Amino acid sequence: MKQIKQVLGGDLRQYTMVLALAVLIIFFNVISDGRMLTSSNFQNLLSGNAYVLILALGMLMVIVIGQIDLSVGSVAGFSAMAMCILAQKYELPWFIGVLIAIAIGLAIGAWHGFFLAKLGIPGFITTLGGMLMFRGGVIWISKSISVPAPEELRFFGSGYLPEWGPTFTGMNNSTLLLGIIAIVWYIYTELKRYKSEASIGGDSATPLWAVVTRVVLVSLLLAYFTWLFGSGREGTSFPVPGLILLILIFIYHTITQKTTFGRHVYAVGGNKNAAALSGVNVSRTYFLTMMNMSLLSAIAGVLFVGRSTAAGPADGTSWEMDAIASVFIGGAAVSGGVGTILATVVGGLVMAVLNNGLMLMGVGADKTQVIKGLVLLAAVAVDVYNKNSGRSSIIGKLFPSKESTEKKEG
Amino acid sequence: MGSSPFILQMKGITKEFPGVRALDNVTLEVHTDSIHAICGENGAGKSTLMKVLSGVYPYGTYEGQIFFMGEEMRFRNIKESEHAGIAIIHQELTMIPELSITENIFMGNEITKNGLIDWDTQKQKTVEILKKVGLNISPDTLIKHMGVGQQQLVEIAKALSKNVKLLILDEPTSALNEDDSENLLQLMLGLKKNGITCIMISHKLNEIAEVSDAVTVIRDGQTVESYEVEAGHVDEDKIIRSMVGRSIENRYPEHESHPGDIIFEVKDWCVEDPEVPGRLVCKNSSFNVRAGEIVGFAGLMGAGRTELMRSLFGRNYGIYKSGTITIKGKTVELHSVEDAIENGIAYVPEDRKNLGLNLLDSIRKTIVSADLKKILTGWLLDADKELAAAEEYRKALRIKTSSVDVGVTTLSGGNQQKVVLSKWMFTEPDVLILDEPTRGIDVGAKYEIYKLIHELAEQGKAVIMVSSELPELLGVVDRIYTIFEGTITGELPASEADQESLMKRMTVTSQS
Repeated sequence: MKQIKQVLGGDLRQYTMVLALAVLIIFFNVISDGRMLTSSNFQNLLSGNAYVLILALGMLMVIVIGQIDLSVGSVAGFSAMAMCILAQKYELPWFIGVLIAIAIGLAIGAWHGFFLAKLGIPGFITTLGGMLMFRGGVIWISKSISVPAPEELRFFGSGYLPEWGPTFTGMNNSTLLLGIIAIVWYIYTELKRYKSEASIGGDSATPLWAVVTRVVLVSLLLAYFTWLFGSGREGTSFPVPGLILLILIFIYHTITQKTTFGRHVYAVGGNKNAAALSGVNVSRTYFLTMMNMSLLSAIAGVLFVGRSTAAGPADGTSWEMDAIASVFIGGAAVSGGVGTILATVVGGLVMAVLNNGLMLMGVGADKTQVIKGLVLLAAVAVDVYNKNSGRSSIIGKLFPSKESTEKKEG
Repeated sequence: MGSSPFILQMKGITKEFPGVRALDNVTLEVHTDSIHAICGENGAGKSTLMKVLSGVYPYGTYEGQIFFMGEEMRFRNIKESEHAGIAIIHQELTMIPELSITENIFMGNEITKNGLIDWDTQKQKTVEILKKVGLNISPDTLIKHMGVGQQQLVEIAKALSKNVKLLILDEPTSALNEDDSENLLQLMLGLKKNGITCIMISHKLNEIAEVSDAVTVIRDGQTVESYEVEAGHVDEDKIIRSMVGRSIENRYPEHESHPGDIIFEVKDWCVEDPEVPGRLVCKNSSFNVRAGEIVGFAGLMGAGRTELMRSLFGRNYGIYKSGTITIKGKTVELHSVEDAIENGIAYVPEDRKNLGLNLLDSIRKTIVSADLKKILTGWLLDADKELAAAEEYRKALRIKTSSVDVGVTTLSGGNQQKVVLSKWMFTEPDVLILDEPTRGIDVGAKYEIYKLIHELAEQGKAVIMVSSELPELLGVVDRIYTIFEGTITGELPASEADQESLMKRMTVTSQS
């Protein structure tokens, strides 16, 4: 048991959801006679849910500062619709359209940020106002009619990485390259961490064999998914929206974990007064976080209309709920200060796999909603229960260790 | 009811918290129809004693007996003590600002008729009770529209509505101006005539001298002295001696200071209370600190020490009115905490859990949190630099922990305070303001904190230490300013000061 724990790494809490995700995937794969783990299903799953996950990245930061943004669906719909209308009317090139959408997103974010940071109106109310305003705005400017999106956006919304190079690899070479990069990068970071742990010393360092086992296991997993995405039917590969998502995950993981601004986000969410007394500009942190959320909303909107080829007046309805659910399933705290980008992505994938698996089983949208609601409640309830009783996680309970009891005494 | 002259007798009260004996065999006897004053330093156990009396700490969690009006009482909660006729008026008022006087007075005791609130009767009664406390305003007035003094009167009126026999006032005048204070004292004398006994906890010896019939002094959780006085003839010096009279043992490390030039100077600093317009919490405060010098600020709670320090720290508290700060000969304007940190000021707040720490953070993240620029490599925070800094301070300050990655909540109070100190030492300040740096810390850890403070001074930093504990100030600092109600009332070299001379300047005595 202790060995398993060492392979997984110190913080077991984050693995609870990863484990749940793996169980879900295997469960649905068995129930649906292997239709879950197929190339085309996973390609669809990723490109069909990328926009929600992108929203969840911004929502995580908003929830960490102790706020909430209800307007993301409306903002996504509005900026995408404005882009499509302007692009159609003035025959603008696609990239000008995208820039316009992003500018609208930033402007709306500044509007929300102003009310929250400068006037002190809670984000819940500010963005509830925004949600109503921009939903109305979409219907108003579109006159309730769908508007076709620029052709080129289809590549970003539902395209695949191009094929090139030799054919003997038996799969899409772009996907293969991506997979190799991922594996090399993972091995590099693990070894770097091992080295720095070892150089500082202490008993907390993970033994080498555990690191190696972990690296081998994760690399095999990455290789499997590379193969899954890369070996689909002709012309398909890793989806472009998935790549955009990966890049954004990398960027936001870095921002939250490795920049001054990211630290400030957690500091403000954890204890606003203590943060202010440590020299953190609380209102600037609020402002930038809200602005960033609306920027990501605009990007999500652009990807979505690229995939559906047209901007509709109802685009984005109730996306905020999926984004918020992903963040909380990922273990963020309602009171703020707690939560990570990677856990949020896992939370979002749990929602996506649930959607997808229930669809494969032929469960209707009505029952899917009920089940999603229950999963959200269950995930948060388990979290709260564990926190109240001071236990680290389900896994922590299965593998009690000396370490955790020692910490309490200290 | 028997023939006992006492309305209240508390005998042999002992109350223990984990690791601390807050009250040790305390005895309190209060005559019927009198005004009884309780004095003592901050943390002496006055509030704990009142909490025992009012049932906040239920019967069974303390030792000793309480006799009220001749009968032994075993209160299990506040409701029971209120029912018996004991009411407490706390320092912080407990009324709901958005509701009217009537609603607040009958909160939880509503008069009903057929299941509905009988507003007419309630209002009628409210008007009657308000008259008793000398208020002549509409019972429909909302609490938020009243001044603090009036609110306090309503609070007393609320207690009277419950047929109170014994009224406890916890520092009733600390938030009031002079007129309101005088008014309140007169009201207490009036209540006494109407058969209501008052217990008054107060730091203001002049007020005690004016109205009280008896004084009990509590020190370190023990009754030190209890004597009856004739109103107007209180020996204030005697009270002061009893309040502070403990010997300074060898609890402070040896230190010889070598003060250099003045590097921190504040002139005519005035700050307004953000909640009470027109009330100044700092009045023309001027002081200075030399490099390598440790300067103490002595004042009782509510004297404006913390407010002064926080307003200096980038105007973190209150509304700035006037005054200048000079650091190393340069006059600076500090508009934000960021400015203050950049100009070399550090402030360790008194409330560690709410202001000093983010309790969700690990030790390593906390230590670098006030100066993240130092661990940047390019645009990104460097985990190696962070870890190196955290390990450096863990060793230097001997923070007891298995790893710097664990949460700060796993540490003891003393070690938490060392983490907070590390956080501010990491910013390499010239001026270090420590607000009650040893609060809630055990004796051994205190000694280590004192040594650290000395080390900081030896490095040439200007150290300001705010403390309610006079022996601590006398044992650690070089020079002491006393502060009372926002005014700096004195300046003494530590070598010439003693607890009595300081306490005199920290309270207002009628001679002054």
